[in-house]
Amino acid sequence: MSEMLGAAQMMQPVRHTEAAGSAVSVKNLHIRFGSKGSEFTALSDVSVEVPEGALVTMLGPSGCGKSTLLRAVADLVHVSDGSISVLGQPPKKAREGRDFAFVFQEATLLPWRSAIDNVSLPLEVGKHSSSQPTADPEEMLALVGLKGREKALPHELSGGMRQRVAIARALITRPRILLMDEPFGALDEITRDKLNEELLRLWQETGTTILFVTHSIPEAVFLGQYVLMLESHPGRVKEFMKVELPYPRKLAMRDTVEFIRITAKLRALLEEC
Amino acid sequence: MSDVVQGSKQGVSVSDAKRSGVTDAVLGFFANHYPAIFAVAGCVALWQFVVWFFAVPTFMAPSPVEVFYAFGENGAILWANLLPTLLEAFLGFIFGNLIAILLAVWFVYSSTAEKAFYPIAVIIKSIPIIALAPILVLIFGNGIAPKIIIAGLICFFPTLVNMVQGLKAASPAMLDLMRVLSASNSEVFWKVRLPASLPFLFAALKIAATSSVMGAIVAEWIGSSYGLGALIIEATYNFRSPLLYATVVIAAGLAVALFFVVSFIESKVVRWKPDAQH
Ligand SMILES: Nc1ncnc2c1ncn2[C@@H]1O[C@H](COP(=O)(O)OP(=O)(O)OP(=O)(O)O)[C@@H](O)[C@H]1O
Ligand SMILES: [Mg+2]
Repeated sequence: MSEMLGAAQMMQPVRHTEAAGSAVSVKNLHIRFGSKGSEFTALSDVSVEVPEGALVTMLGPSGCGKSTLLRAVADLVHVSDGSISVLGQPPKKAREGRDFAFVFQEATLLPWRSAIDNVSLPLEVGKHSSSQPTADPEEMLALVGLKGREKALPHELSGGMRQRVAIARALITRPRILLMDEPFGALDEITRDKLNEELLRLWQETGTTILFVTHSIPEAVFLGQYVLMLESHPGRVKEFMKVELPYPRKLAMRDTVEFIRITAKLRALLEEC
Repeated sequence: MSDVVQGSKQGVSVSDAKRSGVTDAVLGFFANHYPAIFAVAGCVALWQFVVWFFAVPTFMAPSPVEVFYAFGENGAILWANLLPTLLEAFLGFIFGNLIAILLAVWFVYSSTAEKAFYPIAVIIKSIPIIALAPILVLIFGNGIAPKIIIAGLICFFPTLVNMVQGLKAASPAMLDLMRVLSASNSEVFWKVRLPASLPFLFAALKIAATSSVMGAIVAEWIGSSYGLGALIIEATYNFRSPLLYATVVIAAGLAVALFFVVSFIESKVVRWKPDAQH
């Protein structure tokens, strides 16, 4: 993992065109599934402003609509009502402009492609302007600590390694926004801690806006500049709070009184949902 | 006949250089499969014993030794009839599978097409091939065409079913990924759907490899003067049982050879484990 320290510097800072603007702006969002009659409301009147460069973690009981919100931002589900704006454009435009990348809970690597070929997949598909800055696949793999495993097929990698390949794939287009849906949910705690630290470093060095869904309250507090809590039936915003802990954050910070106070407060809130 | 012998002699001299590699391969094969080899050898020995012990007349059931000699005596006839059957099976395999694959692609992209033509495919599949053969001979005559069609038809259905399933096998998460990347439909097809379908396709192609030989032989039973199928009929009517048995062995060998060719290609093409995500 130590090679990631130096390698992280290879990431160039993302250009901020509209400083301190809104990266993601969600207004009165309603999302309903199913046809008329047997309709199911997954999200009801959700409004959120994510400042550019922010790191927002999302918490909430299972089934409250966290993934749905993230997928709506990514133009993966149909918006029933309300509006979403991603860097000032509709999600579809932002998607076509490669303004964001998505990291799924499962690595979703193409099993017939080697690690390096999986990382370079975004460069092969979709119409993207050649002026768009992209990174070198090998550098990206080195960045996530997988130097030397370029030719490995996904089934030859561990779960944690696969997820790192997926992160390298997300970073290759140098997206301005990273949407991450429980990316470390399936990993063991040690790997998870390491990747959390790396993610924070990456965020601080690149200025990428990150929306990060998790089930773990400590993870949400450790990473988050803001925590967005949703409640269910129907899914709506319960709380949007700033985490008053200084960066850079070290893992040991999780044992401080302040950290524990914040997690306790969130746990109490979550129990109300 | 003389051509064949020369050909195989040349083969030996060329592969002489690789002798040790070949020997290793043979030894390795033996080490892996010796239970099967002993079982087959045992069956042949038992067959020889039964024929000898009960003094079974040759026309009823020849002994393995007689069948072995039949290969030598009828080498030219067997070879001359093997080639047309191989050609029919091969062309049937190519056309049957090609049409099945193209149809599967169409079905996957058009549910109307699937709803319209899938039942017809099922009906065609339900007609016994042996009943279809005379009909096709009446339409297309005695030439090679009806044989290719029957060999193709017999390949067609398993490949269609598997290919439709394979093209739908790409996980929703992979399709989401491609959508986030704003990939076009053709990129999704070539980079995700088609590769994801290959394990399904090869499962069907392995079945098709053996059944295409069966289709060609069945077609040759009806109104044909050449091919292994015709030879089987002729040998039966003339009580040339050793020749009949030798022909059956050749037919089986042809099917097995085609099966291994497809398996070999599969091992080169599909090198991943489909369930790598879990
Ligand atoms: N495509 C869909 N069709 C119908 N209902 C859906 C669909 N996607 C999600 N839902 C429903 O919307 C609700 C929210 O789902 P979502 O996946 O967003 O929850 P979540 O907060 O991510 O849950 P988890 O923490 O378990 O991942 C659930 O009740 C789910 O059943
Ligand atoms: Mg979810």
